[in-house]
Parts: sequence; C-alpha cells; structure tokens
Amino acid sequence: MDLNFTPAEEAFRAEARAWLEANVPVGLPSGDTAEGFALHVEWEKKLFDARWSVVSWPEEYGGRGASLWEWIIFEEEYYRAGGPQRVTQNGIFLLAPTIFEFGTPEQKERFLPAMAAADDLWCQGWSEPDAGSDLAGIKSRAARDDERGGWVINGQKTWTTRGAFCNWVFGLFRTDPDAARHSGMTYLLVPLDAPGVTVRGVERLDGDEGFAEVFFDDVFVSDDLVLGGVNEGWGVAMATASSERGLTLRSPGRFCAAADRLVDLWKRQNAAGEHAERVAAMRDDVAQSWMEAEAYRLATLADVTGLVKGVSQGARSSLTKIYWSELDVNLNETALRLLGPAAELIETSPDAVDGGAWMKGFEFALSGPIYAGTNEIQRNVVAERVLGLPRK
Amino acid sequence: MQFAFTEDQLLFRDTVAEFFANECPPEKVRWSWDDAVGRDASTWAALAEMGVIGLTVPEAFGGMGMNEIDLLPILTEAGRYAYPAPLVETVAVVAPLLAESAPAAIAEKWLPGIADGSVIATVQLDGQPFVNDMHIANLLVAQRDDRLFAVPADKVRSTQQVSVDGARRLFAVEWDEADAELIASGDAALQAVNRAFDRGAAATAALLIGLSEQMIAMTVAYVVDRKQFGVPIGSFQAVKHHLADAELKVSFARPAVWAAAYGLATGSDDVDREVSMAKCFASDAAEVVARKALQTHGAIGYTTEHDLHFWLKRSWALASSWGDALWHRRRVAHLLLDN
Repeated sequence: MDLNFTPAEEAFRAEARAWLEANVPVGLPSGDTAEGFALHVEWEKKLFDARWSVVSWPEEYGGRGASLWEWIIFEEEYYRAGGPQRVTQNGIFLLAPTIFEFGTPEQKERFLPAMAAADDLWCQGWSEPDAGSDLAGIKSRAARDDERGGWVINGQKTWTTRGAFCNWVFGLFRTDPDAARHSGMTYLLVPLDAPGVTVRGVERLDGDEGFAEVFFDDVFVSDDLVLGGVNEGWGVAMATASSERGLTLRSPGRFCAAADRLVDLWKRQNAAGEHAERVAAMRDDVAQSWMEAEAYRLATLADVTGLVKGVSQGARSSLTKIYWSELDVNLNETALRLLGPAAELIETSPDAVDGGAWMKGFEFALSGPIYAGTNEIQRNVVAERVLGLPRK
Repeated sequence: MQFAFTEDQLLFRDTVAEFFANECPPEKVRWSWDDAVGRDASTWAALAEMGVIGLTVPEAFGGMGMNEIDLLPILTEAGRYAYPAPLVETVAVVAPLLAESAPAAIAEKWLPGIADGSVIATVQLDGQPFVNDMHIANLLVAQRDDRLFAVPADKVRSTQQVSVDGARRLFAVEWDEADAELIASGDAALQAVNRAFDRGAAATAALLIGLSEQMIAMTVAYVVDRKQFGVPIGSFQAVKHHLADAELKVSFARPAVWAAAYGLATGSDDVDREVSMAKCFASDAAEVVARKALQTHGAIGYTTEHDLHFWLKRSWALASSWGDALWHRRRVAHLLLDN
C-alpha cells in the first residue's frame, strides 16, 4: 500500500495547476443556456489548444496519453481551480470510450479530434417518452435503405441534455423490430442538422433550457455512422452506460472541491457571527458531507488501483453511481440548511450567497439519482449482480 | 499510488480466515455465551503460533514487527467470525504502546509474553468506563489523568458487567498506584494515549467491517433460500433494496478503514482525522447493516435460536466502543472547522 503519487505524477499536477490557476474562467454563466453554452465552448477550445481537454486520450487525437492516475490528478486540479462542469462531457467521457472500443479507424479519425477540439458537440439519445428506466423498450426505428446505403430513422428521443445546443446525437435505434427486446438495436451517430431532425428545448427544474426533445422524421444516416455492429447496439450502449455510472463521468475531484467549499462556507458563516445557533448545529452535517466526498475519493483510489491491474469494476459501478449521486445531493442540501433563509436566493438575485451556486448545485444534484439509470435500477443491479439475488 | 494489499498480506489474511472458519464456527460463539469464562486458551495459543498475537510486537521481543496495514485485514476476519477474544486490546493497542512508550524494563517484562501468547493484555483509557476481558488478562494498561500505568492483573479488583453481547466480558476495575508501574507521564503519556485510542478505534472499525460483511452474507443466503408467495423473497425489490443499501454502506466504509490503517502505519499528519472517519463510517455501516439484516430475516432473526443475533449484538457493542459514530464525527468536525 502506497498512497503517494510519483514525482512524475506530482510534476504533472504542478503543470496542470499552474495552467488552470492562470486560465480557469471566473463567473461563467450556466452552460445549459444558449449564451452560456457558447462561452463554455470557448473555454473548452482554450483547454484543447493547451492540450488539457482530453488528457487521457492518445496524443494523435489531441490528448496527452495521461495515465488513469494522471487523469484523476487533472480532475482534482480542474475542480480545485474552480473549473466549470464540462459541456463536452457526454462526448469526451461517454461516447469517446465507446468509439475507442468499437469504432473503425475512419470513425476514430473523423470524430475524436473534432470532439476533443469542441468542434463537434455531442448529446446522448437514450430515453424516449415510453422508455426510461426500461431502456430496452425503445421504439425509435431505423429502417434499412439499401439503395442509399444507410438507415432511415423515425421516432423521438427525450431528456437529451444540451440537445438544443449540440450538433450531434448518439443513441440506440431499433433496426430489427422482430428481434427479442435486447437484440435488434443499433448504435447510431446522427448529425442534428440532418434533414428531418427537429429539436425542441425543454426547460429543466433549474429554469435552464438544458433538456431537449429530438424528433426524427425520415432522417437518413449512412452506414459509416453505425458504431459497432448492426443489431449489436445494446452491448455497445452498455459499455457507454457503465462509463456513465462509474468512474469516467464523475471523478472525485468535483465532489472533494465542493466539500472543501462547504467547509469554507461554514467558516465564513461562523466568522460572520450571525445565525450562531444554526451554524453550531450544522457542524456534524458539514463533517459528514466532507467525509462522504473523501470516502468517494478513497474508494476511487482503490478502484483505479484495480483498473490499472486490469480488474474491472463490473456491476460494482452501480454502487459508485448511487454513492456519488446521493453524496452530491446531501452536500448541497447541507449547504442550503447552513444558509437557512438565504438559501432560496438564486443566481439572478443581488444578495445571493456565492452567486446562488448552492441552490443551483442542489437542483443539478437532484438529477443525479435519476439520470444514467435511476438509483432504484442501480440498487436492483447491485442486489442481482453484485450480491447474486434472483431476478425473479 | 497503490491502494491495495500485497499478495503476502492477502495470503496471511486468508490463512487466518481459514483458521477462524475451522476453529471459530458459530457453535464456538454460542459456547462463549454459555460458558462462564467463555475464552478458549488453545485458539489464542494457536493464533500466537501463527504469529497473529505477536504481529505488532517488535522482532527484538519475539514478535513479527508488522504494522496496522498487516493487522487490520486480519481483524476484519476476526470480526467476520465474531471471534470472542481481546485481539484489539492486546495486539492492536497494548503491544505497540509498550513498544513505543514504555521504559525498557516494562517492555522487556511483558512484550515477549504477548508475542508467545502467554500474556493477555487489556486496556482502559479515559472515557472508557469498562475493561474488556479482565478475567483472563495478565496485564492492564490504564490511564490515570496524564499518566499511563502497567498494572499486573492480580492487583486489579474487578466487578463484572453484563453486555447485550453475551460473548463479551466487561468489567469495572479499581487498582492502586502502589501496585502499578509507570509507563509514561505528562505530554508523553497523553501522546501515547492518543495513539492508543486511534489504534483501538481503527482496529474496532476493521472488526465492524468483517461483522457487516458476514451479516450481509448470511442475509443473502437466507433471502435466496426463503420462499414466500412461491418465490424466493430475494426476488422482491423491497428486499433487494435493503441489501443494496447495506452493501453500499460497507463498500464506502471499507476504503476509509484501509486509509486509517495506512495513516497509522506511516505516521500520517492527518491520522486522527483518518481514524475518526474510519470508525464513524464503520460504526454507521454496521448499524445500518444490522437493521437491514434483521428486517430481512424477519421473525427468525428475532430469535436467539438463529445465529444472526451474535453478529447483531457484537455490532451494537463495537459500534459504540472506542468512540461511537457521533463522537468521531465531532472529532472530524473539530479538525476540519476549528482552525
């Protein structure tokens, strides 16, 4: 057991820290509005120009060939410096691992560099109006068009995060309607400017137009936009889903940085000397939230130690997803209780504490137990595939 | 970065686990409830032979000279089998305390006996009202204000208490300074007490991880086997979610306990915080797991005919020993907030 990073890893940390401290933008608006999104894309391009946008990717695609440990370090430094959540995350963290695993050389060449550079902006198309937790119940159809050499899509996707601002969507479509539920689906990459695509923004709980519905009306996609095999989309999608549940989307850095900010908020409230009883009563909860973030960091260090040796997380990634999503809610909720009557002020309110970031963070955190497979589904996965309870 | 045990550490752990599987089955735990002494000297001697009892005793005194990273996985196995004996007191706390803080004469007098299994040691620090296993101990290490003493067991007057865990043996003790030898005083004693307390808390956290894992294993076996409405009750979502919650708690307490072991072994600057987080999470996890295990077993778990209650009651007792979750959470709060 050795919980130290190597000198080379610490040098990587120092380089990342220095660049991030000099360059992380201050006070960016939410990336889930049209104008905010544009500013975030600018920031993503700046990251790319300095080769910090996809550190763990090979150099030929715009990365630094960083190890998993260096990626963990980068994420710690990114959030420590106050970096905003990545509006490119669905592409770089969810689609990219799938392209690395299933993509043809041409697909890698075509999509990865443009994704790293934030030229192509990707959203995901899983859920449909009648298929949420029961993802295998999707109905959107892609029919074979031999003449044109491709597929014709009809149907609807929904809850597509940042769908109104992106230019590509990846997702599952039913290509063999007669096949069994989990067969007959294909993973397709679809340009949102293709004829027949309609995107309608949907206002989220936090008031941002962060969601979208995407309608497909005879949308043609050519064969080179099939990722993995035809009718093999379920297996391809599950590879992406486990990235989303597990490590890649939620490195510990974001939660540890938030926990440190919570400690700082408590100290500021304490120093202000107002609401002394409330501040005193919240000590244990602040400590608990900080420890939950720390526990997530430690569990990640153990998981990454295993991953480096080739031991995959498997179904345990569902435990990870439950834990980070619930700790995120607890942490923001703790901050709101600490703020008391000031908690309700949002970012446009002149007297909002920390620019209303805690209510914003709380509302965002509330989506965590719902997206990427609800925590109810994750608990089923834990019971059945980690503990071995019977499905029926 | 390598947050995992070595092959050698895991092999040692597995050897001890196999020993407990053979020598400490549930019938042995039941015996320790019923028997007046409730402690099996031959098991202790065999563990000494294997090097477990002398694990933390320096090699110069006949021990293995190992540290908490080696010890805590073994204590997890002791917890898994609900082994009733003062491993925390003798191996995790007193042996390293004497090795680090006692004058040579006291160390020489007791440490070789701990290593060879002939000396059982127990401990009482300020804030701990009762002493474990005074009835079989040869040595009591006890704090009195800012002084630490070694008290031979035959000079200790004890009154037995009765724990909810019938395998525990708890005593209120009295002793006279005239009969005791001074280990340390002043700041040196208080530092030794703080380290001893951290070691006891982390070691108890390791026991709680093993107890929790075993309660989950027993419950999984039960809900797969038990049928109602014509199907295993483990197929019901409500039952699945109880068990998933239990697994979640243990899964995120376990790394905290290993981090505490590492902090103790390497002398981390943040060791107090690391240990308190470990004990806080392990205590909370064991309490949740115990509740879920009982609820999921239903009425059979509510009897003393079923073995589950041995694990439930050990969990309750240890969750509040060496500082309960509340105490440790407040210590973390103090370390994070008051500077």
